[in-house]
Amino acid sequence: MQHCDDLAHQKLSFWNDTGKTGISAWVFSTDHKRIGLLYLYSVLSFFLVAVTIGLLLKIELIAPGRTIMGPVTYNALFTVHGVLMIFLFIIPGFPGAFGNLVMPIQIGASDVAFPRLNLFSWWLYLIGAVTIIFSLFTGGGPPDTGWTFYVPFSVKTGTNVSLAVFGVFIVGFSSILTGINFVTTIHRLRADGMQWGRLPLFVWSVYATAWVQILATPVLGITLLLIVAERLLGTGLFDPARGGDPILYQHLFWIYSHPAVYIMILPGMGVISEIFPVFARKPIFGYKMIAFSSLAIAGAGSLVWAHHMFTSGMSDTAILVFSFLTFVVAIPSAIKVFNWVATLYKGSISLEAPMLFALSFILLFSIGGLTGLLQGAAATNIHVHDTQFVVGHFHYVIFGGAGFAFFSAMHYWLPKFYGRTYAEKPAVVAWGLLFVGFNITYFPMILLGLKGMPRRYYDYLPEFTHLNQLSTFGSWILATGLALMLVNLSRGLLKGEPIGRNPWGGATLEWTTQSPPVTENFEQEPVVTHGPYDFNGAGVP
Amino acid sequence: MIQRDENRYAGAKLGIWLFLFTEILLFGGLFLLYAAYLSQYPHEFASAGHEMQLAFGFANTLVLITSSMLAAMSLTAVQLREQRKALIMLGATIFCAIIFLVNKYFEWSSEINSGFYPNSPRLATGPMGEALYFSLYYLTTGLHGLHVLIGIVLLTLVSVKVSHGTIHAGNYVLLENSALYWHLVDLIWIFIFPLYYLVL
Repeated sequence: MQHCDDLAHQKLSFWNDTGKTGISAWVFSTDHKRIGLLYLYSVLSFFLVAVTIGLLLKIELIAPGRTIMGPVTYNALFTVHGVLMIFLFIIPGFPGAFGNLVMPIQIGASDVAFPRLNLFSWWLYLIGAVTIIFSLFTGGGPPDTGWTFYVPFSVKTGTNVSLAVFGVFIVGFSSILTGINFVTTIHRLRADGMQWGRLPLFVWSVYATAWVQILATPVLGITLLLIVAERLLGTGLFDPARGGDPILYQHLFWIYSHPAVYIMILPGMGVISEIFPVFARKPIFGYKMIAFSSLAIAGAGSLVWAHHMFTSGMSDTAILVFSFLTFVVAIPSAIKVFNWVATLYKGSISLEAPMLFALSFILLFSIGGLTGLLQGAAATNIHVHDTQFVVGHFHYVIFGGAGFAFFSAMHYWLPKFYGRTYAEKPAVVAWGLLFVGFNITYFPMILLGLKGMPRRYYDYLPEFTHLNQLSTFGSWILATGLALMLVNLSRGLLKGEPIGRNPWGGATLEWTTQSPPVTENFEQEPVVTHGPYDFNGAGVP
Repeated sequence: MIQRDENRYAGAKLGIWLFLFTEILLFGGLFLLYAAYLSQYPHEFASAGHEMQLAFGFANTLVLITSSMLAAMSLTAVQLREQRKALIMLGATIFCAIIFLVNKYFEWSSEINSGFYPNSPRLATGPMGEALYFSLYYLTTGLHGLHVLIGIVLLTLVSVKVSHGTIHAGNYVLLENSALYWHLVDLIWIFIFPLYYLVL
């Protein structure tokens, strides 16, 4: 790497200190920064494939009837889009990439607690991903069940479901090991003086996420194994004709997959909690409540799985209980939003790219959260169930929330690890295109759902045409913004201006080390004497 | 920076306990299905449970508890610097584990020969709940058997390390963690045994 020739006064960074060269210096490295970048490159590759598929789906929906593909292809493509985005991008993306890159530095550790296990997790992720990709081209062709693999269809369909769910099982195992590694790291490897009350809020959110990974993923694991057993052995556990109960499958599936939503969003909230104080030049408002609300979201979020099943056939009491618990999750989420907004109050706000993404996160996530409440209430849920409204809602939460936080984190932290930075103006233009394109793409879906257009259908009635066309048009703006952002980032990180230790004036530990950091993260062991948002104590000019 | 030995030890212990939680949750899904279907088909579960051969289950329980004790003894032996004794105890543990699997093989064969296996003609024509009982039985004991197999591989690796002296009185956390894993395998069986062989 020719990264810091002009920064000769610096110590060798983690990019060029190793004895090994070439690809083996990366794929067999136990350095958490290299593993974090490996995760980043792999999740972004799958993200781009899934984006392309998403664009194809939107083109199909530009007009009623068949446009560019038939219904069978459409079913396969939306399944693959969902599986790639959920299991290979957003769930492993945040903990794998930014959890690995940033969390150990923020707590003052030289690496995670189990570096070799960390590498093994990435390998498992890759093996699982290859298995999933392999399942698309072998056997009966790509699975067409939707990413939820609902029985009985997933048992009856002739497509390659068994291999795909086995791949997801392997990826899930990788997620569990990452969670174990992170909890242990945060408990055991904090620097001297890094008390729990001084942990950066991103670390708190990674901590809460890691617990969800540990406690929820095994249930998904067994559920997926049960699908394979059902398909291969005919165990009949979910087959009503043989006494089984398909609703039990849905319970087991959502016991994992609803908490998984919090694996996707919690680290994103952590990123926002880091960026607001730095770009408003103010200590965060309500540090303890933000830290606590991450744990509360992880806890309460694990008790609400059955709100996905209001129309599946449950007792009215169960619906009432799960509806109530779902509303409970809104409380810690709202605590966070209020505290972020209060942090901005009378702040000296600097509107640079990470901050723009963070600000738009609040709006998009709030729309996503509020449309979620509409579905948490049983009466409105029955009206919008399985419509485009749901599709709009979860894209607002997962793309508008977790995705925009991911982009924010990329602009905020990646310069640290490359030692160079992107160009500001294209970054702002890309943000504008993404924000506008996002809303034009997904807001029409919310309206379409309210009017009654079902999700997962490749055809629709003529009265839905205009909104669908608008949505497809928006997806092109969105894609343009994405392309501009990725080009600008990769150009800047490889050839841009070198940055110093602390370009944003942050007070957390990662800004005290050189950019890019040395292999052991710090030139000397840090001793923490102040909180993460105490800008006076940080000695920042 | 906290990288002292004491902390490494505590970290490794924390890691294995978190992992054991995930194992309990993995089996938890199957126990959950057992509970749901038992409440739905109590009579069918009872009649299917009477087909089980208590002797096989009882023998396996004894073998597994003994092996767990032997694993714990090997840890104590390493702590007391008695390498030979530790190796004998580990060998005995692995031997018990193999006995367990052999016993399981005969048990499964006998049940399959009697026509009790998922999708078998005998179960297809019988009452609905019985087929579910046997499906769950094979899945749970199968997954447990897989864990026994993994335990055999793990304990063999640990034995090699003990014989090379990489695991010794100053550093035995890998042996301790493997023993903890083995106790969990034992513990899960302690739940499987009454649920499938005794209570129905």
